[in-house]
Amino acid sequence: MKPAPFEYSRPASLDEACALLKADDSARLIAGGQTLVPLMAMRLARPTRLIDIARLPGLAYIHEQGGEIAIGAITKQHVVESDPLVRAKLPLLAMAMPHVGHTATRARGTVGGSLANADSAAEIVLVAATLGATLRWRDGGEARDIAAADFFVGPMVTALPQTACLVEARFPAWSEPHVGVGFHEINARASDFAFVSAAAQVALDAEGRCTRAAIGIGAATAIPLRLDGVAQSLHGARFDESKVRDAVKAALAGIEPMADLHASAAYRRRVAATLAVRAIGDAFRAAARRS
Amino acid sequence: MKVELDINNEKHAVEVEPRMSLLDCLRDKLLLNGAHAGCEHGVCGACTVLIDGAAVRSCLMFAVQADGYAITTIEGLSPGPGELSPIQDAFCETHGMQCGYCTPAMILAAHALLSKNSQPTRDEIVEAISGNICRCTGYAQIVEAIALAAERMRGQNIKTGQP
Repeated sequence: MKPAPFEYSRPASLDEACALLKADDSARLIAGGQTLVPLMAMRLARPTRLIDIARLPGLAYIHEQGGEIAIGAITKQHVVESDPLVRAKLPLLAMAMPHVGHTATRARGTVGGSLANADSAAEIVLVAATLGATLRWRDGGEARDIAAADFFVGPMVTALPQTACLVEARFPAWSEPHVGVGFHEINARASDFAFVSAAAQVALDAEGRCTRAAIGIGAATAIPLRLDGVAQSLHGARFDESKVRDAVKAALAGIEPMADLHASAAYRRRVAATLAVRAIGDAFRAAARRS
Repeated sequence: MKVELDINNEKHAVEVEPRMSLLDCLRDKLLLNGAHAGCEHGVCGACTVLIDGAAVRSCLMFAVQADGYAITTIEGLSPGPGELSPIQDAFCETHGMQCGYCTPAMILAAHALLSKNSQPTRDEIVEAISGNICRCTGYAQIVEAIALAAERMRGQNIKTGQP
């Protein structure tokens, strides 16, 4: 469990970090390193150079701008977990954060690191996909925004160019007065990798009818799955568990879930439906309590 | 590479390969063997140390990344030679250990919890040590130890006597 040798650089600026990335195909960025270091210890990753961006100035922040909550890429997960703005405006992310790794890994792990790693079982990835976050990267002098739906392209594969650095994630903050969220996941030990996870956020009108919904399933498929059809079907309706269950089951009938030692494809499909219905129910009830 | 580490309020200048984990640096270069090497890939939690007061896995951090932080190991918790911290005391008293391999990490995880939350519920204690594996499965006494330590540490802050 010892990593292969590598060079270590700690650039003083983002430009310098991008230049170092450009100079070496096998260099990797490191911030919290809570996924990369285990991969290196197991020699599944053998970068020739680590470019440490954990302390780059101006990349750790959480603020509100134009209906979105912008989170700097190297913002630590435990900071997000206890942030009042995230609690108030991004209740789905706030609810998912305690499930991200363990207390000790959240103290080092970053939001951008989790997104760039693009593990379908990662809670931050699921929330970004479910809410339709916008991600920003910098490639040298060039900055570009990309929708989460276009960013996650495969299992631990993103559209991020080799020489680019993810700098920010912007999550839409819903402005409706009655917003509720639900989040569930199944794993072997609290906070271990999810076998299946489900996230839901709904907005209700004063009569308890749904005006907007976002539903996502993580860890079942190679990239998080959004159940947009189910979300559409909820419009104008109150929560009806059996109807929701039928809609979710129909939506999941055609997917090809992953299978591994821990959970078969059939198990993942079945549990995904159960967790999604639970999350949607929680979200409706939470939104109604805000009335 | 040369790196200067601030460990238990003492500065240590060490020469390390970039690939040397903070854990190996503590154990092999500085002979601080209280941080234990278990899985060495972030699963077991035996290598927990405090970085600026937060519990962190020292096997998931390279020594070259650790300069400028206040690092606390189990060796830094005792208030003086031959003395134990209230948390260490409580672990002894409730027999919060069996083989002892996970114990330094459990105590540091408890320390990080109690420094932020003086009145943790049982669930909060369980959550705080959920990333630390005890293969003797002696969790019940560990949870008991942390609850006892919390109670005692709260007691220390109660004002007594006339104002």
